Amino acid sequence: MGVGIEVTNLNAWYGANHALQDINLNIPANHATALIGPSGCGKSTFVRCLNRMHETIPGARATGTVRIGDLDIYKDIKPVEIRRRVGMVFQRPNPFPTMSIYDNVAAGLKLNGYSNRHVLDEIVERSLKNSALWDEVKDNLKKESGASLSGGQQQRMCIARALAVDPEVLLMDEPASALDPVSTSKIEDLIFQLKAQYTIVIVTHNMQQAARVAEKTGFFLNGRMVEFDSTDKIFTNPSDKRTEDYITGRFG
Amino acid sequence: MNVSVQEIRLSKLKFQTEPAQQNGENHLEAVSAEAAQIRAYLLSRGNSAIADRGFRWLMVLCALSIFGIVVLIATELVVRSRLAWALFGLDFFYKVFIDTYTHKPIYWDPVNGHFSALPFLYGTLVSSFLALLLAVPLAIGVAVFLTEMCPQMLRAPLAFITELLAAIPSVIYGFWAVIVLVPLLRDHLNPWLIKGFGWTGFFGDDNPTGLGFLAAGIILAIMILPIISSLTREVMTAVPQSQREAVLALGATRWEMIRVGVLRNARIGIVGAIILGLGRALGETMAVTMVIGNSPEIQRSLLANGSTMSAVIANEFAEASGDLHLSALMELGLALFIVTIIVNAFARLMVWAVTRGTPSSIH
Amino acid sequence: MRARIRTLSDGAATGLAVLATVLVVAPLVAIFAYLIYKGASSLSWAFFVETPKPVGEVGGGMANAILGSAILLAVGSLIGVPVGIAGGIFLAEFGRGTKLANAVRFTADVLNGVPSIVMGIAVYSLIVVPQGHFSALSGGVALGIMMVPTVCRTTEEMLLMVPNAVREAALALGVPNWRSVLAITLKTASPGIITGCMLAFARVAGETAPLIFTAFGNVGWNTRLDEPMAALPLQIYVYALSPYDDWHRLAWAGSLVLIVLIVLAVSLVRFVTSRGVLKGAS
Repeated sequence: MGVGIEVTNLNAWYGANHALQDINLNIPANHATALIGPSGCGKSTFVRCLNRMHETIPGARATGTVRIGDLDIYKDIKPVEIRRRVGMVFQRPNPFPTMSIYDNVAAGLKLNGYSNRHVLDEIVERSLKNSALWDEVKDNLKKESGASLSGGQQQRMCIARALAVDPEVLLMDEPASALDPVSTSKIEDLIFQLKAQYTIVIVTHNMQQAARVAEKTGFFLNGRMVEFDSTDKIFTNPSDKRTEDYITGRFG
Repeated sequence: MNVSVQEIRLSKLKFQTEPAQQNGENHLEAVSAEAAQIRAYLLSRGNSAIADRGFRWLMVLCALSIFGIVVLIATELVVRSRLAWALFGLDFFYKVFIDTYTHKPIYWDPVNGHFSALPFLYGTLVSSFLALLLAVPLAIGVAVFLTEMCPQMLRAPLAFITELLAAIPSVIYGFWAVIVLVPLLRDHLNPWLIKGFGWTGFFGDDNPTGLGFLAAGIILAIMILPIISSLTREVMTAVPQSQREAVLALGATRWEMIRVGVLRNARIGIVGAIILGLGRALGETMAVTMVIGNSPEIQRSLLANGSTMSAVIANEFAEASGDLHLSALMELGLALFIVTIIVNAFARLMVWAVTRGTPSSIH
Repeated sequence: MRARIRTLSDGAATGLAVLATVLVVAPLVAIFAYLIYKGASSLSWAFFVETPKPVGEVGGGMANAILGSAILLAVGSLIGVPVGIAGGIFLAEFGRGTKLANAVRFTADVLNGVPSIVMGIAVYSLIVVPQGHFSALSGGVALGIMMVPTVCRTTEEMLLMVPNAVREAALALGVPNWRSVLAITLKTASPGIITGCMLAFARVAGETAPLIFTAFGNVGWNTRLDEPMAALPLQIYVYALSPYDDWHRLAWAGSLVLIVLIVLAVSLVRFVTSRGVLKGAS
């Protein structure tokens, strides 16, 4: 089951560039939350702060409190541990090029020392079924390289890889932006199903996508969060003029 | 706010929301008891901070070993050359013993304890500069041809051949030179040079073997050509295309474009490549030893026998006649080490100044 | 008038560049062909199975030198490859952009230009003098030291070609850093690194100068690391300077063996880099 996320006074920098300013928000458990905004508004930086991937970029740092479940991830726990609880899917599919499909999906477990083949088989199958890829790859699981799949299949495999470690939260950073429309709709269906079990945070520049998959939506602009509310409210009756301008296409 | 536009947008959104909603029933796979323990298993794994730190330190240590190697070489050479240093000091590098009866200089006489680095410094410099003189114009010509004029299909095989020749062992070049080059010089080139240019004093006729500075210079030139040429090519390729186009747009011919747009921009890197070639030539041992004649003399004639710092070490080290001899050879090695370090450091900085930011090939 | 001078100088420059290329390529190709021809016509079965015969006797081979070279190179690789790869990992994965990494990179490049004979006498002083006699071990150490900078820089360059996205994927799964470097990044770059190591290997295989005062050479069989050992380039050196045709033939054959090794290594590097140095990456 997923857990909620509580963000208080989060600030982030790239060197001298203050990329996120005083973000406060509560992300509900077992729901999909969408983050929208023009490019460079800080929405990607924000999700990268939720699993401490932000700080892996040289010169980048963050301050503030992020509670995932009952843990303050910047105080109580090391980055390696929090990343096992919080799965991430990136903008571009990033399979491990040396590994078969099976090994790609099992990577999070195998590389953390898990070796029970029987359980691994089960988890790989379940993760691939949950990411709607099983039927397409089940015959070549160990023969075919993960890098030989199509872009959309690779991205679903990356989702399976993230699901295999059974995370509490799933972060998705524009997961469909590099994909064709058919693959995109498959991934959206997937998010819709996954949110029953996982807390999902999805960054997107596509407002329709946000409207289709998320219960809650946050609007980011210039490193600040302008508005955070139910998706319906944001898209029909936003309280901030800037949100309204953005969703009606006045800018961005 | 334009209400109608907003309404159209929203209705569109609603419409597109529907397909996802229809598939909304949950069909996530059921989980077995063991698989349900996965999260607990992962949470039980430590943060591996100790392993990570250990790994990192191991890598740092190995990287630092490169400094270690340099320090090690330097200390060994310094320690073993102390005897010669204590006895001769700096005199080793510029003073010469003059025989009191014949009034001729004795440069290097291990049996009687006369040691001077002078003939080896001279031989090293003469053979290396001779090599540069022969190799540089050709190498730059080849690089210009390969980067700016060559048809695409010739480029890869020519680059391949250059790479191959740069990797052939020194001893094989030396062998070839002994068997082919030296007889060629002895029977054809040298007589011609003596006849035509003997009056300059650079081509004396008192060495009939074909060995000597010229032979060493030529084989060195052949050996450093591929290095200079491929590095020059690399810095020329690093000059942005826009520089070429800018010059061409002014109505320049191809040669003017190469001269102004390419060579001028790449000149620091090209000088670096040449100095790097010089560094190789200074330290090159086997091929030179095999063809230079190995006599510790300073002679004006390029056809005379000579010796170099590396050649004398290769020849005499294994059967050095006593501690002082060994120590003097070690000091020559130390001098060679210091000179090549300085030359290489200088050259690297120059090449980096041009190619920084562009991916380089493997050397 | 001015325009004519410009066209003429353009033509002259082109002509000179072509001439230079012909002047360089033709003799180099000729040398290469000569080496191959001489080597191929001198190779025999005896070369690979017999040891050198005393002066005056015809025949013999370099079997002991081939084995010696193999042992020396094995010892060298045992030292040079792991240390070099680890150094490369530091440069590409941990030290990127730091002053220490720049200093290491620079020192490696400079060390690459230090004459091999200097390495030879330094290792002589380090190992042979304390030991009291020449030994295969000291020769292997000298070759190993020479491999370190090359392997280190190649590894760095190959690792830098691994896309950052792959590193991020591993990090985001909560994989410990050491494991992600070894099992993901290094493995992804492994074809490039392996061929780079092969090239370093092929180059030191032909090194003679650092072995003269360390491995020293040996006319008979030896597999003991604390005894003098024969090596192919040493044997070539000795035979090349001898006046006997029969020994020259053996030296040509030995040269061919080294050249084949180098051609293989260089072509392999070419092949792998042209196909992309990364396993499976498009």
